[in-house]
Amino acid sequence: MNSKLYGNLIFELSHPGSKGYSLPSNPYEPTELPKALLREQKPELPACDELTVARHYTNHSGNNFSVDNGFYPLGSCTMKYNPAINEEMAALQAFTRLHPRQPQNTCQGALELCHTLQQSLAELTGMADFTLNPFAGAHGELTGLMIIRNYHQSRGDTKRTKVIVPDSAHGTNPASAAVCGLEVVEVQSTPEGLVDVEALKPLLGDDVAAMMMTNPNTLGLFEKDIPEIAQSVHACGGLLYYDGANLNPLLGVCRPGDMGFDVMHVNLHKTFSTPHGGGGPGSGPVGVKDFLVPFLPSPHIVKTEAGFGIADDSFIHVGQHLGNFLTNVRALTYILTLGREHLRTVGPLATLNANYIKEMLKDVYELPIEGLCKHEFVFNGLKDKSTGVTTMHVAKRLLDYGYHAPTIYFPLLFPEAMMIEPTENESKQTLDNFIAVMRQIAQEAKDTPETVQSAPHNTPIRRVDDVLAATHPILTYKQLLHDN
Amino acid sequence: MTYKFFPHTDADVQAMLQRIGVESLSDLYADVPEDLKLKRDFALPGAKSEIEVRRFFEQLAQKNQVLTCFAGAGTYDHYAPAIIPTLIGRSEFLTSYTPYQAEVSQGTLHYIFEFQSMMAELTGMDVSNASMYDGSTATAEAMLMAANNSKKSNRVLISATTDEKIIRVVQTYAHFQGVQLDIVPAKDGVTDHERLQEMIAEAPTAGLIVQQPNRYGIIEDFTGMASLCHDNKALFIINSVAADLALLKTPGEWGADVAVGDGQTLGIPMSYGGPGVGYMCVTEKLMRKMPGRIVGQTVDAEGRRAFVLTLQAREQHIRRQKATSNICSNQSLMALYVTIYMALMGNQGLKEAAQLSCDGAHYLYNRLIADKRFTPSFQQPFLNEFCVDYDGNLDALLQRLADHGILGGVEVDGHLMIAVTEQRTKEEIDLLISLCHEQ
Repeated sequence: MNSKLYGNLIFELSHPGSKGYSLPSNPYEPTELPKALLREQKPELPACDELTVARHYTNHSGNNFSVDNGFYPLGSCTMKYNPAINEEMAALQAFTRLHPRQPQNTCQGALELCHTLQQSLAELTGMADFTLNPFAGAHGELTGLMIIRNYHQSRGDTKRTKVIVPDSAHGTNPASAAVCGLEVVEVQSTPEGLVDVEALKPLLGDDVAAMMMTNPNTLGLFEKDIPEIAQSVHACGGLLYYDGANLNPLLGVCRPGDMGFDVMHVNLHKTFSTPHGGGGPGSGPVGVKDFLVPFLPSPHIVKTEAGFGIADDSFIHVGQHLGNFLTNVRALTYILTLGREHLRTVGPLATLNANYIKEMLKDVYELPIEGLCKHEFVFNGLKDKSTGVTTMHVAKRLLDYGYHAPTIYFPLLFPEAMMIEPTENESKQTLDNFIAVMRQIAQEAKDTPETVQSAPHNTPIRRVDDVLAATHPILTYKQLLHDN
Repeated sequence: MTYKFFPHTDADVQAMLQRIGVESLSDLYADVPEDLKLKRDFALPGAKSEIEVRRFFEQLAQKNQVLTCFAGAGTYDHYAPAIIPTLIGRSEFLTSYTPYQAEVSQGTLHYIFEFQSMMAELTGMDVSNASMYDGSTATAEAMLMAANNSKKSNRVLISATTDEKIIRVVQTYAHFQGVQLDIVPAKDGVTDHERLQEMIAEAPTAGLIVQQPNRYGIIEDFTGMASLCHDNKALFIINSVAADLALLKTPGEWGADVAVGDGQTLGIPMSYGGPGVGYMCVTEKLMRKMPGRIVGQTVDAEGRRAFVLTLQAREQHIRRQKATSNICSNQSLMALYVTIYMALMGNQGLKEAAQLSCDGAHYLYNRLIADKRFTPSFQQPFLNEFCVDYDGNLDALLQRLADHGILGGVEVDGHLMIAVTEQRTKEEIDLLISLCHEQ
């Protein structure tokens, strides 16, 4: 990453009269459209030649930290390596140039590809079938909850309006429940960081639609009481939803379907190595058990005697077509590349890496819950709280040393939470270097706390003023010009 | 265990296990109940080398036909400059996360700010968010915004001339959220203004959704709709095909409160329907009610201009169930396609491409209806997509065209809807005409 800020906006490079495109000459008669239907004000867009545009975005890219730049221990985000072969397969013209409304007999390859991915995900997770339509993890959660509500409604069971969500859950869980028109009931964690089964039981009743869980949870702990939880939720007539954000450590060890989950989503951009792209496109396929297959959203790919086809008979529609198809191509590439033998090593190595960092640092960082973690774990800031150095400061100081920061101040259970997830792709050498830097920052917190507190120092910009951005919002170039 | 994506040697693993204080990798799962563990291999194929992976996907690719595309209905075969994929492929863009750490994400934050600025210009609206999943979910989110914005009503109207697939997505979201979604009927292929006025008068309304060009490719005249909505405290929501706004009157000019739609037409390949990118632009008044990420300007500790994710108090990771939406990641990289596209094309290029598409479509339309078996479905203005009725077997015609490598359009409500973009040559159009006429 370039430590010097590039900082230009494309609008500032505009040179009226320049252009960055070439089009064929127009051989047709000009069309006269009614004036009242045409735009009056022209858009103020930049005018740039191609090289200016090429340099501009190349220079912007230099101010980004990415997985290909360095270690990215962002908890719950599973920043694994994004293999190059994924990109090559997703760029095949026979995929990129397909129109979504092509007759099915002209896109059997694409349908077969999607169907193969549906089946592979079902085998990897222990579910009966998948839809690939949801565009992201949160969209998958919403889709899964729609399936659950539709299932209850189809049985005339209309009282079920509550969703139970642990206090350690990702923020998307309660938000997805709310968008689906459900009421959120929070269940507490025990001091050991697991769902409190005794606190859960009184919440269960004939008004519960579902319980949403991640397992391992956001503290990186395996919810070992899951068989009892599943039994209790099912006994009250509710369904169990698995948030697949933390699926990575379980690959090859155990499957959500075997734990009693009825519905789940998978974040292909986490567990199955599709790139995060600075915040999307992701893909959040949803898997269900047998009895829920009829409720999967439309369109849905099915295998018939005549080949692969598209079923369109469900009420639920969460997008116009078959989701983020090219993202799904990448995920299938990854699954086929690793194959059954390497897919089962993913979880154990990710878990090994996380436990190693935890053990090597717990004498200087406060580990609130002892014991084995899975793919990630949470420190509650520095062990020595007397220095005035907070989790925020440590995170920013890490940027100076060429590392991305962990996820901070989440989960909300610990005030100085710092959530670290290394993934299976990182070597012992990389982890040892990271550990050494984390220890050095702990030492700096004692010796020169102001250096840590005022970090970062070596990044393209220094700490930003979040309050100014929110109280005086400038969201477009036009507003920026008027403000100056 | 050595494998190209796993850097651990056996010695590394042993040393690490020892440090953790366990003997084997399976000991790391001692807390997982034994009967939950999978005690067999996955029923999946074995690992493939890159050579084998390439062969596998090439074989699948051969089962797809890349056709000369005259289909639209929301996804169009527009031109995309060669440099876009080159720049998009830079791993600093591709393999970064959502820009939470502003100090090491200025690249992403700058281009999202540029995207927001360009989308606001294109739609004629005040502000834009950092993108949505696609046009249909953006429309559904706009519907939820309208219902949440209204104190008195949770009823939203949607024109029957909206794309059927978009209506279905909006219906799905409305059903689960308890929003009453009523469909305004069509008349002569456009929204029935008289019925609309009656429906708004019948009951309190939180919002109205219309589409431009509509599900038949028709450019609708929305005159009077904004004031009708605003007089009744409803939000006016227009879904537009992004590239068409180079020529068409903008949502801002029509008086819309919310502009949504799909940005696929701005430099993104059709990709069998995804990933594309949804957009949402609103008036300044609605800025804090918008879902999704928003990037804003600020300064760093040294007073330099910088950009940062802002107005996050609306979002799920802060507000949980009280958030404006559950949307978390969006389609950031696809927003970069759109941004680079608009940077290259500028206002002039966007207009030229749209004009070329429009003129080609009218050329095709006029010649096609010269044959009596093709009659215009509507007498309405259109841009680059139109409907005709074919006096014959439409399926057979489309199959015959496919046999000649042509995707002749899509069927919409029994009509044949045909789209032309700047990528179609006059020769291709003439071939389509001759194949249609000799049928």
